[in-house]
Amino acid sequence: MDISYRWLKSLAPGLVAAPEEVAERLAMYGAPVDALVRLDAEIRDIVIARVIEARRHPNADRLSLCQVDAGTGEVLSVVCGAPNVRPGGIYPFAPVGASLPGGVTIRKAKIRGEESQGMLCSARELGLGRDHEGILELHGDFTPGESFVEAVGLDDVRIVVDVTANRPDLLSHLGIARELAPGGVAGVTLPPLPAGANSQAVVDFRAEARFETRTDAAEVGGVQITIQDPDLCLRYMGAVIRGVRVGPSPEWLATRLRAIGLRPINNVVDATNYTLHELGQPLHAFDLDRLEGPEIRVRRAAAGEAIVTLDGERRALEPGMLVIADASRPVAVAGVMGGENSEVTESTRDVLLECALFDPAATRRTRRALGLSTDASYRYERGVDPDGMETACRRAVELILSVAGGRAEPVVADVYPARLEPAVITLRPARAAHLLGVPVGAPEIVDLLTPLGFEVLEAGDAALRVRVPGHRRYDVTREVDLIEEVARRYGYDNFPDELRAYRPNTVPEDPIALLEDRLRSFLVARGFLESRTMGFAAESEGDVALVNPLSSAESRLRRALLPGLIHRLEHNFAHGQRNVRLFEIGTAFAPGPAGGLPVETTRLAVIFTGARYAAHWSEPAAPFDVWDLKGLLEDLALELGLGAGAVEPSGVEPLFIPALAFRVVAPDGTMVGEGGQVAPERVDAPAWAGSIWGLEIQLSAAMATRPTPAFHELPAFPAIERDLALLVPDQTPAAAVEATIRAAGGAHLRDIEPFDVYRGPGVPEGSRSIAYRLRFRAQDRTLTDREVDSAVGRVLHRLRDEHGVQRRG
Amino acid sequence: MTDLIDELEALEREGREAISGARDAAALEAARVRLLGRKDGRLTAILRRLGDLSPEERPRVGAAANRVKEVLTGLLEARAVEVEGGAAQAAGIDPTLPGRRPWRGARHPVTQVMDEIYAIFRSLGFTRARGPEAETDWYNFTALNTPLDHPAADMHDTFYLAPGVLLRSHTSPVQIRTMQAYRPPIRIIAPGMVYRRDPFDASHAPGFDQLEGLVVDEGVSLVDLKATLAEFARRLFGPEARVRFRPSFFPFTEPSAEVDVSCFLCGAKGCPACKGTGWMEIMGAGMVDPAVFEAVGYDPERYTGFAFGMGPGRIALQRYGIPDIRLLYESDVRFLEQFS
Ligand SMILES: [Zn+2]
Repeated sequence: MDISYRWLKSLAPGLVAAPEEVAERLAMYGAPVDALVRLDAEIRDIVIARVIEARRHPNADRLSLCQVDAGTGEVLSVVCGAPNVRPGGIYPFAPVGASLPGGVTIRKAKIRGEESQGMLCSARELGLGRDHEGILELHGDFTPGESFVEAVGLDDVRIVVDVTANRPDLLSHLGIARELAPGGVAGVTLPPLPAGANSQAVVDFRAEARFETRTDAAEVGGVQITIQDPDLCLRYMGAVIRGVRVGPSPEWLATRLRAIGLRPINNVVDATNYTLHELGQPLHAFDLDRLEGPEIRVRRAAAGEAIVTLDGERRALEPGMLVIADASRPVAVAGVMGGENSEVTESTRDVLLECALFDPAATRRTRRALGLSTDASYRYERGVDPDGMETACRRAVELILSVAGGRAEPVVADVYPARLEPAVITLRPARAAHLLGVPVGAPEIVDLLTPLGFEVLEAGDAALRVRVPGHRRYDVTREVDLIEEVARRYGYDNFPDELRAYRPNTVPEDPIALLEDRLRSFLVARGFLESRTMGFAAESEGDVALVNPLSSAESRLRRALLPGLIHRLEHNFAHGQRNVRLFEIGTAFAPGPAGGLPVETTRLAVIFTGARYAAHWSEPAAPFDVWDLKGLLEDLALELGLGAGAVEPSGVEPLFIPALAFRVVAPDGTMVGEGGQVAPERVDAPAWAGSIWGLEIQLSAAMATRPTPAFHELPAFPAIERDLALLVPDQTPAAAVEATIRAAGGAHLRDIEPFDVYRGPGVPEGSRSIAYRLRFRAQDRTLTDREVDSAVGRVLHRLRDEHGVQRRG
Repeated sequence: MTDLIDELEALEREGREAISGARDAAALEAARVRLLGRKDGRLTAILRRLGDLSPEERPRVGAAANRVKEVLTGLLEARAVEVEGGAAQAAGIDPTLPGRRPWRGARHPVTQVMDEIYAIFRSLGFTRARGPEAETDWYNFTALNTPLDHPAADMHDTFYLAPGVLLRSHTSPVQIRTMQAYRPPIRIIAPGMVYRRDPFDASHAPGFDQLEGLVVDEGVSLVDLKATLAEFARRLFGPEARVRFRPSFFPFTEPSAEVDVSCFLCGAKGCPACKGTGWMEIMGAGMVDPAVFEAVGYDPERYTGFAFGMGPGRIALQRYGIPDIRLLYESDVRFLEQFS
């Protein structure tokens, strides 16, 4: 919401705060200021100039050569490119040496061979709006050479206020004035309009105006106004003004609009825009002669109806949308935008002025369906003050009379199907004190609420009865809303902030969060970098679809984390990184029951490639290999309480090379993870990239509690070791050999440790040699060599019988 | 007396030369004996003459002697390391070469901020809670007093998965789920990913991390909200940080507040990061709206509470001076390694 500081002060004459202080106070009232824009800061050098003569530039069709009076006593020669320059016109002028917004300085220049001693300026060049259609023509009494800023009253500051969705009352100068004026609402007045040529018509209307309030239909100046759908249109006022002359607005009005960034259009439209920004009431002016009937019907659109709105777009209307129609067709989308078919133009003579109140939710649905947000719809969907409508309607009529001439019909139609009564809310000071934590008495509450327009009907110590003003009817509906007002105006800064005792919490710590903490520490200590990504995935990598994705690459929710990490690896490859070690803990999504939520799982994924250790001068950097991957999987399985034995070859997972793929199996037999060498076709890797290793494990709350370690008596007697080099046929897995050793080794066999694997001379083709170290120990005595030898003999016997494994000679 | 002081100074000068000139351990030991040897060292000789001085002079000279002794001892030790190293180098080891270090890992900068935030809240009696990232619109909007046809629902543009099923646009649904599953007193924080249909640019991401907080009990007031969050802010941003509470609007809290902390980049003088105001907005907060309590079946006359929400990612951007939010989610190792 853009506020003009001068305009604001005209509504709150007692307000002396400078713009900076206004910004500070608004922030502390809950409406922070995003920017203070000093409108005159960069255009102080601009003066008023009159064009005496304008003819075509001898060497350029699109340029004019003008003789300009800028009050210097001599006639200046100025080249101008604007199509709208005309003799007798008055424009802002930048003389030689003047600077413009953006730091441009005007110099004497030759343009296509003709000298130019300055520049006639457009609104955009002066930072006053986006209008670049031509130079800014001024309307009114001006003296060439006067300061432009002073002549048009632009020594002003634009205050850009960030208004929250609950405070539609702040979407006007009046609303901001109510917050800031000394004494609040009592300190706010509607300033008189500048006297114009048509002052008598204004005076007459003010004296004679009568609002004819009816519940379903009313008539004004021969125009029948009917609300057919009172659920969507809560009130509709219509005023008729005849004999207007549509043309440019006087400069004071145009300046006010430019000060808040609006483009003046014509005096009638400008008058409605002015009233909207002054009082917060949207208004619309119809060309009365173009209304069929003439009649106004406020009704739902019929199937198949369409309208061309003022922005030139043809819009199909849906049956639920509310329209303003004349006898035969829609002439406006209610609360959103008027139609071209009834637009006020230069030839308009009679005007029907609409001042209405539409249902917020319905306006919002229509606005969304049409994708069309306007100043009017923005206010209607948040809520417009029903009690401010008559004032706004009068103000707009008087303004039109003042700036566009004509005479108003004294009777104003007011169709008001059901009076909107103000809410009366009971407020208990004790409840306020309970919620706010500080005692607040009834007198204090009265003092805080009254300036905001709340009327305290009864002020007992136990309860107050408070009537809510129309401008707050949308956000203040309950006791707690009033308590918020009390706190807001009391000032949050004035509350103490000392910590007090609290009762202990009943909610246990999320076990997955604890597990995540542990895994992060584990992986970071092992040199991995944590990645955070979003849950989006392409169609091939997800099973849960988004209805409204941002792009096809993000049209699903991921079914697993590792594919996303592969993309992150590719990103790093693209930046020349060959050593990449990433992990992520995040959510994966699977389809849920029909109509229900997807099934979410928390997962850990790891990807790594490149050198096992950071480069060191002492030795060449060895690349990661399958044992790093398997070791990490085993370590993680231990960390997750699954035991190293939970990791086994899988050979099937499509993401990995089958021979180098593993799975992690939980004690109940379900697969909870997988890992391996990522298959080359799954990665867009440069030629220099090393092999890529990845894993993914599904985390569960059960994993958060690690099994309690069981204490074993420390050995009191020495162990005896035996090394066995075994010739193992290639088709016999080491795990089977180890299982046999364990089964045959007897109760004293404590550890089995493979310490060498060898192929080559001395080992027959089709076999390899695996050397195991067996460690035997008894808890109660030192074992004898004979006991150990006989155990080794049993082991060798069984190995030969079961696997054809021989001891290497 | 001045004689002895002069002699001590001369001793220090010569000692420095002798020590730095010693090329091996033997030469260094010889120098040590000559300078500081207990029997015949130069310092011992000087100290023996202390007895000749008056009682007033003695402490000053004694102090000077002690200082010289300390200086020379230190130099001897340092030189000993150097000549040792020389010996090692002679044996094939140059100890000035870098040592062997494993790869350094790192928690994500956003995780680091969240860890810090959690540590503070844990010490204030909070636990962590969790909720799903895909939610029903009831949990994300309706139960949080945000009718879908109210402009407040526009505050976030939402991703939908199916009619009534969406990606949560804030972590606030965890408030509802926690209140349904437990009874007061409740003191939780809920970190997690949230999604908004914003194009991915330097300051917006369609998915980002948020952290929710909720306190519910009998007698919890706005003063408790202010005290808890001010305490938190001072612990996170330093004891000199000033904290400001401004009225604001969230549909699920009433009264609502925006919490600002004095800008830690410019010392509250005003800079581009704080838009010249000297204040940084760090979180939204407020007293739980009675309508929210009603949605979960709590009696709002009996229970009161406060809730808050903040963006750890945004705090990370500010704290580490990261100019572009996309860097947080690209997983570029050159970026992540900076946080090890
Ligand atoms: Zn700053």
